[in-house]
Amino acid sequence: MSKIWDIHGGIHPAENKQQSLTGPLQAVSLPDSLILPLSQHIGVPASPVVSVGDKVLKGQLIAAAKGFVSAPVHAPSSGIISAIEERAVPHVSGMQAPCIVIETDGHDRWIEHSAIADYRKQTAAELVAIIRDAGITGLGGAGFPSAVKLQPQQAIDTLIINATECEPYITADDQLMRQRSADILIGIDILAHILGDPERVLIGIEDNKPEAQEALAKALADKSANRHGPVIDVVEFPTKYPSGGEKQLIQILTGKEVPSGKLPADLGIVCQNIGTTYAIYRAICHGEPLISRITTVTGKACNKPGNFEVLIGTPVAHLLEQAGFDDTLCPQLVMGGPMMGFALPSTAVPVVKATNCLLATTAEETPALPPAQACIRCGHCADVCPANLLPQQLYWHAQSRNYERLEAHHLGDCIECGACSYVCPSNIPLVQYYRAAKGEIRLINEEKQQSDRARIRFERHQARIEQEERDKAAKREARKLAAEAAKAKRETDAKTVSTDTKNASAEKGTSDLDVVQAAMARVAANKASPQDQRKRFERAIETTAARLAKAEQALEALMKDAKTDCTKEQLAQRDQQRASVEQARLRHQEAKNKLAALDADQASEQETEPALKANRSDDPALDRAATAIARAQKNAAEQALMSPQQKLQQLRDTLEKRLSKAQARLAQAKSEDSDQLEAFGNAVAILNEKIKAADLELAAFDQSRPPANKQTEKSEETQ
Amino acid sequence: MARPRSSSPHTHSPRSTQWLMLQVLVATVPGLIVLTRLFGIGTLLNILIASVTAIVCEAAILKLRKRPIGFYLRDYSALVTAVLLGLALPPLAPWWLTVTGTAFAIIIAKHLYGGMGYNPFNPAMIGYVVLLISFPLQMSAWLAPAGLLTDGPPAAAPDFMTSLQIVFMGNSIDGFTAATPLDAFKHNSGLLVAQFYEQTPQFAQGHWAGFGWEWVNIAFLLGGIYLLARKVFTWHAPVGMLAGLSVMALFNYDGGSSTSHGSILFHLLSGATMFGAFFIVTDPVTSATSHRGRFIYGVMIGVIVFLIRSWGNYPDALAFAVLLMNFAAPFIDYYTPPRTYGHSKSGTIIHRSKED
Repeated sequence: MSKIWDIHGGIHPAENKQQSLTGPLQAVSLPDSLILPLSQHIGVPASPVVSVGDKVLKGQLIAAAKGFVSAPVHAPSSGIISAIEERAVPHVSGMQAPCIVIETDGHDRWIEHSAIADYRKQTAAELVAIIRDAGITGLGGAGFPSAVKLQPQQAIDTLIINATECEPYITADDQLMRQRSADILIGIDILAHILGDPERVLIGIEDNKPEAQEALAKALADKSANRHGPVIDVVEFPTKYPSGGEKQLIQILTGKEVPSGKLPADLGIVCQNIGTTYAIYRAICHGEPLISRITTVTGKACNKPGNFEVLIGTPVAHLLEQAGFDDTLCPQLVMGGPMMGFALPSTAVPVVKATNCLLATTAEETPALPPAQACIRCGHCADVCPANLLPQQLYWHAQSRNYERLEAHHLGDCIECGACSYVCPSNIPLVQYYRAAKGEIRLINEEKQQSDRARIRFERHQARIEQEERDKAAKREARKLAAEAAKAKRETDAKTVSTDTKNASAEKGTSDLDVVQAAMARVAANKASPQDQRKRFERAIETTAARLAKAEQALEALMKDAKTDCTKEQLAQRDQQRASVEQARLRHQEAKNKLAALDADQASEQETEPALKANRSDDPALDRAATAIARAQKNAAEQALMSPQQKLQQLRDTLEKRLSKAQARLAQAKSEDSDQLEAFGNAVAILNEKIKAADLELAAFDQSRPPANKQTEKSEETQ
Repeated sequence: MARPRSSSPHTHSPRSTQWLMLQVLVATVPGLIVLTRLFGIGTLLNILIASVTAIVCEAAILKLRKRPIGFYLRDYSALVTAVLLGLALPPLAPWWLTVTGTAFAIIIAKHLYGGMGYNPFNPAMIGYVVLLISFPLQMSAWLAPAGLLTDGPPAAAPDFMTSLQIVFMGNSIDGFTAATPLDAFKHNSGLLVAQFYEQTPQFAQGHWAGFGWEWVNIAFLLGGIYLLARKVFTWHAPVGMLAGLSVMALFNYDGGSSTSHGSILFHLLSGATMFGAFFIVTDPVTSATSHRGRFIYGVMIGVIVFLIRSWGNYPDALAFAVLLMNFAAPFIDYYTPPRTYGHSKSGTIIHRSKED
């Protein structure tokens, strides 16, 4: 007998289990139609692989799993696919969801299927693949795909089989254990083999199921059974709700607590429901996918309560009929147990993989709750909370929507077992408050993530614009300084020229060269900016690609990690990871787009007439400057072959051309009030100086030549 | 067919707030019997006057606040306040005293703060303190317990008619009053405790802590044990208070000198100790929320009771101690959340918030 630990809190509601344990396990007649929701599990809905009108056989795949956390759906009986459409599904909201509807043909003919002769000779991966392809999900209620839980990355030393069934009324697992204990033990042996034969295999069972325990003990004692794995230990503990919660059961059997936000696998523990082990046995040793389950139908509104082996997809109304259900007696029909089940909006919904109970109680059995009174902080809720929370504090903060405080009181660790609501003397529907608050917090977090993303994008955009502005200002400043320096030089040059023209000519050559060099340096500096931009974008593409790959890896790892029934945190984690993959992908795309935009920009600029774009951006002006410089250099080379007078004449002509162009630009800049006004003004002034100097020089060569600076004077006036 | 949909859980424990309140009322019965035996029908009259006042005030305020009157009256919370205040007031207090205290408790201390469940201070103790400060003479006029032998013939509880006349007609109560043991002990000057006990009839005729009063306390203790057994509240706050008081008495006990503050037994069985521990300190609305918090809350009340009894101006101090700690309850709550499953530390609410 293993040591057991106690959990905090817990309650002892009336068990009401005897009603459904009077008779044997019953078969259910074949319904005319079977309705199979594509999403009967936690994760991505399956996608149909049949179409309307197709004939299907029992056990045939009709919807395939989509993605890692998903489960396929199989035809529970032979017949014809009559519809693939939205139907009411078992959900508290009464919502509709895509379903495959099969009109049964009454033959119940199996598709060809084969059993594994000796599972101990198969690898874990092969067995897990069979379990996944059989569409097996946790049958305890949460419906998490079982295969996902059987691929832990951590080493597993403890396999826990949950045979607690702590909810009142439900006896499906009890009945299963009583009647099929040998098969269950084989299922457990398969699990042990898959998990590398963990040190301990524990079946946790409450002390209110002595018959089931006896049946298990008998099957364990049977030496002829074909089992080779580790010793299976049946651990009995006192009945208390909610001992069957995964976290609670782990605490009872091992004394360990699953850390908040972590998985049982992080403690080296895998937990599976006992019903699931039977389904796994059927899948491996008979080759049958999950197409039926045992469901308890009970409550005083049924005159023949009991446990039924029912095909998945059977309409609830059909199953209730078998149990002698009287609709007029039943104000509220619940799927699941009285503590955590949900009220069914209609009896047209089908039985799904997670349906462990249909609870049809009379008004006497479950009287409507009187209106809630004020909370008197009696603290009974805190006394029974298995997570050791302060439910009444959570209630106050949920009422005032103080989400920060709710999180400080660890709302996220609430398992919604309902013990607090059960004991509340003021009849406050506490769990409903927590569900609503959790939903709101989830929404707020999603919105916050989105707005954070938008904010970061906006901030980066702002930063880019500011950087561009700063770059522009710096360029302007540099140009202004260069222009002033050139002007000063020109003035001294002009003075020298007036005294010694020959020297002046030589000096002018060098000063021209200086100007050209300075301009080239400027251009090079300016040119660097788009190149830098391009480099930056390319770098961004690289890093975002790397990030995307990393995020995808992490997501995959998470998917592999998955292995619990209670997977809310895990799911949230996975959703988050998925979101970050999406974000990384977006960023990657954004970076690519930016690069493409830059390329397109540059291409279009090269095509456009420079004059038109003079004020639009710096970059085209820089390009023009570069070509101008190239031209100037070419001209300089030609000039070298000319006579000094010719040279001077040509220089002057060119200068005049440039001057007129510069004046045109200046005028345009003035009319548009451009920030380049000053630069253009400087340019005109410089050109005027140059022309003056050239004129002087020319005059030195040819005294008769009349001064040709009327234009220049005019332009000076305009300044 | 559309079916009604309620949220889980679909089953409920049979205990209701009414049931809890009734349990508290039932648990006062032993104390009430002893008080009546000692002081006549005074306490019963107090309770009667207080109850009528409370129900009238509650109904009137509910009507003003446009709340369903019947629904809220049936939670019996007003009745509990009235009964607790009636038990705490001196027997044969003039009727207007009881009416004033109860009306103040219900209207000001309870409903002005939002009514049932929202009041930060214990309404009965607010009513008591208002009276104690406003009418100290009437509030300190306690009767001599029946059977107490003083200089003259043994004290007897006033008969029915005399009681009515004192309460409603304003007849003088002077002929029946005597100092309570706490009062007498406070005014001990210069005698060793042993000598003092011998010379003072209240102690000389009692067993442990003063004639009559020790039985009042034992009766309330019994009622408290009943409530504990019915799991109406946990042991944390009452045991905390008794422990706080005992530890203070222990550390200050000097073997019975002339300046002694009294023994542990004296403090535990005097005045309002047991009544306070099991009927006032356990009021869940105005106390801390977690077990740890409630224990600390109780301990602090015990400590303050001792401090005021020993060095304060009042012979007893329960109401002040409770109200002071009512102030501190939210503060205690911030620092005493239980350790949640799967978390390594319990931390404090404030630090938890900062982490998030």
